[in-house]
This record gives sequence, C-alpha cells and structure tokens, in this order.
Amino acid sequence: MADRNEPLHQIKLRRDTALRALVERVPYSRWLGVRFDRRGDELTAILPYAEKLIGNPHLPALHGGATAAFLEIAAMIELSWTAMWEDLEEGRIAPDASVPDSLPRLPKTIDFTVDYLRSGLPRDAYARARVVRSGRRYSSVHVEAWQDNRDRPFAQASAHFLMPGG
Amino acid sequence: MTDSPDQKGAGDSDAQAGREKIARLLLEGMPHTLALGMELDFVADGEAGISMAWSEDFVGDPESGVIHGGVVSALLDTCSGTAVLTRADGPPVTATLDLRIDYMRAAKPGQRLRARAKCYHITRSVAFVRAWASDDDEDKPVAMAAGAFTAER
Repeated sequence: MADRNEPLHQIKLRRDTALRALVERVPYSRWLGVRFDRRGDELTAILPYAEKLIGNPHLPALHGGATAAFLEIAAMIELSWTAMWEDLEEGRIAPDASVPDSLPRLPKTIDFTVDYLRSGLPRDAYARARVVRSGRRYSSVHVEAWQDNRDRPFAQASAHFLMPGG
Repeated sequence: MTDSPDQKGAGDSDAQAGREKIARLLLEGMPHTLALGMELDFVADGEAGISMAWSEDFVGDPESGVIHGGVVSALLDTCSGTAVLTRADGPPVTATLDLRIDYMRAAKPGQRLRARAKCYHITRSVAFVRAWASDDDEDKPVAMAAGAFTAER
C-alpha cells in the first residue's frame, strides 16, 4: 500500500508528471490538441474545438476521423494509465517526459470499431474509456464521447489492444 | 443531345467528370482533410483512392515514427465516404454509421499512406463499404476497414 502520510503535493506531482509524460509523447494527440483531466485515477479526455477538426463545413460537424482518433487516444491512454497505475503508486516506476526510457511502451491497436451516434457539434468533446478486460497479451477497451450532455454520447468505440511485451 | 455513335462514350466521360467533381469538392471542402493533406488519387463508380503524406505531426509512436491509428482511421473514413458518393446510384450526402478497422501492420515512416475504398452494396437507406490502406508496398495492407454509411435519397 502507498504511504498514507505521503504529502499531498508529492502525490499529485507524481501522478500528473506520469500522465503528462504519457500524453505528450504522442505527436498526433498534440496536433489534435487532446488534453486529459484527472480526478484520482479517473481520466477524462478533452478535445478542445478547433476549425481543423471540422468535416462537413455546412452543418458544421466534426470529421468522423477526428472523432475516431480522439476515441482511440482516450482508449489507449486509459489502458496504459490503468496498466501502470500500481507500479506508479508503489514507486516502482516514475515516468517523466524529461527522462528518456522512463515510460513503459504503448499498447498496439489490433482493431477498432467506432459507432457514430449523432453528428459531432462544433464545440469541445469529452471522452471516458473503461478497460473491460485486461490481460497479459490482449486487452479490450470501451470508450464513449459526449459534448453537452453526458447521457447523450455522440460516438462510442470498442477496441482490442496488444499489450507491450505480450 | 445528338444521337451520335460517341454518345455512350461521351456519357461515360461525363459521369466520370461528375464523380471527380464530387470527390474534389468533398475533399477540398473539409477543413480536417485539408489539414491532414489528403489528395484524390482516383475515382470510379462506387470506388475511390485517396492518399496523404507522412508527417512528424501525425506520428503515434515517437520511438518508431509510425503514423497514429487515428490518422489511418481518418483516411479510411474519408475514402469510404467518397466511394459512397461516387456511386452512380449513390446518395447526394452520406454520414458514417459505423466503421471497423483492423490494423494489420505498422505503416513505414516517411512513406505516403494510400487508401482505396469500394462501396460494394447499397440499399434504399444504407451503403456498405470496404477499404484498405497501405504504404508504398501496396501488396501488403497496413489496415482494412468495413463500414456502414447512411444513404438517404
């Protein structure tokens, strides 16, 4: 178990540094502008609106490809985050973007199925992923994205990943 | 229209010009496809080919330089939608209902990413599409997609 008396700022620093290292190493999520909000171990992915994300300019609506990429990033980060959480909390690893080789390797996507439920509005989008099954070699993740209303997702996806070293 | 021996040929090239126009308007009208640098390679009745250049910005794995799966998704989605719209009996507009992508191998860093799609069946309300993506080695697909698209007329 982690130390109950560990100073709060130290806990937050450790978790935020690890999360930042995980997210910022991927050039394409930087290009899309994806950010993550953390509450304890719970992550919410945020895709801030940008004009370059638009597919149909007449509606306007987010491009399905931008939505799919956002969902895939949310799923992969959630899976990596979940997989390294225990090692991080026990102090066995200390991922840091400024320290080379301090990060575990990323899982590889095997397949990805996205379901478009309604068109994406020209505003910020949010996503939360859930690791449905986590195995030594294969993992299954479900992810949902919404905009104004959490109960009205505009897209969802399920994906299989090959775990690093698996 | 005059009743010349060339009429069928002229009709075919008109149809081809129409398809090319639809595909170009679509690609050039979408900020996201412009931002990713997608270019039309070919169109045919219910078929389309679209490709884009590799870029540092689109990398998913910084260690290997392999392009992100999300970029492959965007390209396959766009190419599939274009294949629906270029079908002679296709709808004027379409939207993706679902898309499944199998990632078979990593695309070679630095090489163009090429997609081709075929709308192989259409009903009064749904279009079914298959699409493939590859790098310079077009015999070995990088990814394969199967999708359902809206076809309201």
